Amino acid sequence: MDLRFTPEEDAFRAEVRTFLADHLSPETAAKVREGRELAKRDMEDWHAALNARGWLAPGWPESVGGINWSPVQKHIFDEEAARASAPRLVPFGLAMLGPVLMKFGTEAQKAYYLPRILDGTDWWCQGYSEPGAGSDLASLKTRAVRDGDDYVINGQKTWTTLGQHADWIFCLVRTKPDGKPQEGISFILVDMKSPGIEVRPIKLIEGGHEVNEVFFTDVRVPAGNMVGEENMGWTIAKYLLTHERTNIAGVGFSIQAFESLRHYARQPRRSGRRLIDDTLFAARLAQIEIDLEAMKITNLRMLADAARNGAPGPESSILKIKGTEIRQALNDLSRRALGPAAAPFPSEDIAGNVALVPPDQAANAAKYFNNRKISIFGGSNEIQKNILAKSMLGL
Amino acid sequence: MNFDQSDDRRMLAETLSRFLADRYDLKTRNAVAYTAPWHSPENWAQLAELGVLYALADADHGGFGGTGFDIMTVFQSLGAGLCPEPVLPALLAARLLSHTDADLEPLLTGALHYAVAIGELNADSLDDIDTTATDSKLTGRKSVVYGAHIAEKILVAARDGDTLSVYEIDAADARITPYGMIDGGGAAEVFLDATPARLLLADAGKALQDVLDAGALALSAEALGAMETTRDTLIDYLKQRQQFGRAIGSFQALQHRAVELVTEIEQARSIVILAASKMGDTDQSRTASMCKNLCGRAAVLVAEEAIQMSGGIAMTWEYPVSHFAKRLVMIDAQLGDTDYHLKRVMAGLQAV
Repeated sequence: MDLRFTPEEDAFRAEVRTFLADHLSPETAAKVREGRELAKRDMEDWHAALNARGWLAPGWPESVGGINWSPVQKHIFDEEAARASAPRLVPFGLAMLGPVLMKFGTEAQKAYYLPRILDGTDWWCQGYSEPGAGSDLASLKTRAVRDGDDYVINGQKTWTTLGQHADWIFCLVRTKPDGKPQEGISFILVDMKSPGIEVRPIKLIEGGHEVNEVFFTDVRVPAGNMVGEENMGWTIAKYLLTHERTNIAGVGFSIQAFESLRHYARQPRRSGRRLIDDTLFAARLAQIEIDLEAMKITNLRMLADAARNGAPGPESSILKIKGTEIRQALNDLSRRALGPAAAPFPSEDIAGNVALVPPDQAANAAKYFNNRKISIFGGSNEIQKNILAKSMLGL
Repeated sequence: MNFDQSDDRRMLAETLSRFLADRYDLKTRNAVAYTAPWHSPENWAQLAELGVLYALADADHGGFGGTGFDIMTVFQSLGAGLCPEPVLPALLAARLLSHTDADLEPLLTGALHYAVAIGELNADSLDDIDTTATDSKLTGRKSVVYGAHIAEKILVAARDGDTLSVYEIDAADARITPYGMIDGGGAAEVFLDATPARLLLADAGKALQDVLDAGALALSAEALGAMETTRDTLIDYLKQRQQFGRAIGSFQALQHRAVELVTEIEQARSIVILAASKMGDTDQSRTASMCKNLCGRAAVLVAEEAIQMSGGIAMTWEYPVSHFAKRLVMIDAQLGDTDYHLKRVMAGLQAV
């Protein structure tokens, strides 16, 4: 066992830092740090900067424009990007559809879609959840009926993250209404400009707009847009979910949140004392620090296993559960650290006229509320526990 | 970065685990662990013959190990087998003697039993030690000294004026009151009354902290091993035990709790690996405290949950989980509990 970084890995970290310093827009980083909403352009610019450097798609084969990073390199990149307040890369094309197409897509599908994911031509979103199909995803009802060379889709998807920006949506649709629910699902790619698609925003708990409802009314989709065979969508969905679980620990986000909170807690207060000198606060922060230090190693161990086995195993659900618990604990303590100053709705007016707290703390309450989502999405933590109980413990 | 255990350490772990499984089935273990001298002189000699003690010291001091990962390997196996032999005192002594030019051979062969006497009744840290050294004579009381029940040599932390130093005494020169522990094994009160002593290490604060760090790592690794065995026993039981016409492991209320235990055990493994890797590093004390805190929390959780989820059977003396649970809970009390180590981590955060 050896936990030290090699000189090559240290050099890589330095390279990543230089890249971030040169290519991450300070305005975008400030928005991320301060919890302000990102414009589509902010995310596209960061995507393009990484693509230009060839660093956009670790995990994709180099033959299709990916980069072959070791698990440690991936970890270093994620950690440094989060520290620098880089935006989260929109994962739907890169981390989800890409791997699916590489495993299940036709040559024509790969040749057409993969380059467009990399160069940013197509912004993808995910059409999985429905109002009646959340944790019980297999009960989904959106229908696709074959009609000549097309499928005709009717139904509704929801929680569609950043669907307002998307050019394409990959959907799970029901192609066989009877029999076992899992055996009548297909995976299909739909152009968001198709007639009959309507996107309606969902305003979230903290007031932000990042998710949507997507309605399908007699939407015609060429049959060639199906990935894999008809009715094998569940296999694809499960494959995609294992990829969704990578980087789900969000260690980089936690490190950034921890460092930001520690910095804030070290500023002198009216009394001349600092928040960090308060025993109860320090105890809470120290507890989180310890869990986070362990989480970093847990994450690296599981990345190493995933690299060895080709894909993350069910034990990566541990990363989701514990990683989100730690992030939420940090969000909670960051909100509490501000006292009543956490309560005003962040706005330009407050920031400009009567700054209550440093800008990078102003959205702490909003972040706290928004991040209640992380133990729900990507398979709720309870679903992760079901998975682990069955596949890891054999219960 | 590499998380694979070296072949040597894997072999040591396998040998030790086999030995413990062979010598310490639960009934035998309890017979040994709960009857004076609360360990088996024969098995101690065998353990030493296997080279286990040599793994606790580095090559410069006659051993073949001494790194954090050696400590982790040995104590994780000891914990998994619920071993009552006083290996921890041997580690503490070997580590302390490694700060001197003393000959470790009699310790590493298992011929001489050492104990390290640091803690005192109602003392919270090294600062509170008030055993005194005057003209190489020690006076004071050392409390709950693991291994002192069978030791020939005791290394004692004592104060000579403002200086905290370490002295060696012959156990025969002190008044020793041995006792057995609720979780098996033995310890003793050591009463010193102008007891003749030999100065081993003057101004020993740093050396003592190093010893305490190594001890925290060892106890954490022991907890990790004991948690793993407890988990395996518990999961088997959840699959076998039938109620309402089905295995109780089919109930989601228990499944989720089992997963929470496994999650904390994996976190414990990670922090033990981290602390082991930092032994000898500037970060040693901080990570050792993080490790003892997290493992202390996890160990108590695993103990309490394993008892609750197993139900009445785990309340009995006959069942293994009850004995593992006692060890898991009492480990927290040794060499600083979760709160003690949390405060050390807090101090790190508060330091400007």
